[in-house]
Amino acid sequence: MLKLENISWDTPSGTEVLKNLDLEIPDGKLVVITGPNGGGKTTLAKIIAGIYTQKTGKILLNGEDITSLDITERAKRGISFAFQQPVRFKGITVRRLIELASGTAMKEHDLCEILSKVGLCAREYINREIDSTLSGGEIKRIEIASVLARQSDLTVFDEPEAGIDLWSFSNLINVFQDMRKDIKGTLIIISHQERILEIADEIVVVADGGIKAKGPADEMMTILMNSNGISGVCSKQEELLK
Amino acid sequence: MKKITEDLLREISEWNGEFKGAYNIREDGACVGRVSSKNIRIVSKKDQPGLEIFIAAGTKDETVSIPACVTHGDVDDLVYNDFYVGENADVTIVAGCGIHTETGEPARHNGIHRFFVGKNSKVKYLEKHIGTGHGTGLRSIDPVTEAELEEGSVLEMDTAQIGGVDRTKRCTKAKVGAGAKLLIRERILTEKEQTAQTEFEVELNGKDSGVDLISRSVARDNSRQGYHSVIIGNAPCTGHSECDAIISENGKVDAAPELHAHDNDAALIHEAAIGKIAGEQILKLRTLGLTEEEAEATIIDGFLS
Repeated sequence: MLKLENISWDTPSGTEVLKNLDLEIPDGKLVVITGPNGGGKTTLAKIIAGIYTQKTGKILLNGEDITSLDITERAKRGISFAFQQPVRFKGITVRRLIELASGTAMKEHDLCEILSKVGLCAREYINREIDSTLSGGEIKRIEIASVLARQSDLTVFDEPEAGIDLWSFSNLINVFQDMRKDIKGTLIIISHQERILEIADEIVVVADGGIKAKGPADEMMTILMNSNGISGVCSKQEELLK
Repeated sequence: MKKITEDLLREISEWNGEFKGAYNIREDGACVGRVSSKNIRIVSKKDQPGLEIFIAAGTKDETVSIPACVTHGDVDDLVYNDFYVGENADVTIVAGCGIHTETGEPARHNGIHRFFVGKNSKVKYLEKHIGTGHGTGLRSIDPVTEAELEEGSVLEMDTAQIGGVDRTKRCTKAKVGAGAKLLIRERILTEKEQTAQTEFEVELNGKDSGVDLISRSVARDNSRQGYHSVIIGNAPCTGHSECDAIISENGKVDAAPELHAHDNDAALIHEAAIGKIAGEQILKLRTLGLTEEEAEATIIDGFLS
């Protein structure tokens, strides 16, 4: 289980983004974190992966306090992170990146299997450099493939739908469903997309730096659909808090 | 042949106890092994140090290796090698130079290579430079390459300086004929106080001639590199020059690509990008479990591979 206690984070200029946030993510679930832009979702995801360091609070993974661990150490503990805007590397091939992710040299067949899962015609891509000759959609799929190769206990996807075409998006839904079946770990997906919300076990609404609502997906979807979407949830929550 | 030469040969060429095809091994300015083949004849020059390498017209899938090694300080080796490639050939030339010193004396190799590539021939030229040893003597390699490409020929140059060379000035000049193509891929790593200067001057003289010049370099510590390319389009042609450099610590890189279009149908492009390793690249590799140092080394290895 991932447990976040009293997490706060400010931008370098001092703007409060996360405010004393508490959250528990149970093992083996597909949890979608949603909410309005600027509400703190991506910040929360980056704090989990160790990319950002929280101002206050504690992070526990399976009972171990990982608050002080850096990105590398958290990755070694089984946390993976798929970037919303993947980076390009001149000179590093798709094969090299996937092998770095898996931690071992891989046979062509195994590489192809991973790349096929994200809709890439594998043999054409294995020896290609991850540079500007690849489209945004291709880079995104390779990013997701690199995370799949890790088979982590906890995988965080930051807006995986951003920058990919409709066909790839449909394929992505299948990827998440397969991951849920094949990997026994936990998936956290930051997303606004209704189709991703629909496949969640749990939905968490983050807005204004805090958790505004949280619950099983079917209940949360009903609330989201009947209260003017996420903004409705937020205003309803604020009313309750008053 | 000395043990140091054997070690250097493994680094700079595909030597694994023997060479495939014709070869000439130069050690401290002298020849320590030479074999010609039926189609590739290697002879010593009479008027100056160096070789003439004659590749017969129509020679296919053959390799000629001409490595040069300097095994100790106080050697200043100068060699002039001329390659005459007949028409319709398809060959690989493996050059390269290794310099070793364990003393405070400088060690230098200066190789002047001229290529005359016949009509419709294809030549792949591989050149790797390295410096080794614990001596404080300056290790320098100053290669000069001149090439003349006849109609329809292709010269593909893959050059790398993979470390340990304190000073280098690399000059490449080429004249490219109609329909001929020159492809140059250069990789340079400098560290500590090393310096590297690269000069390219390519004249595209024939209709549909072309050059693609790609340089990737990494300047670390207090090292400094300079890149200057000149592409002159004297005919309907295509020219592309790309200089990518990574700087780290106090490394410095100066890049100055120059284009001269002297024909209305000359299409010339240059690109130059210099900067640190992007922080996002390090972050991505760290999320895969690499330390910051491992991530940086992985990015540099890939960039120069």
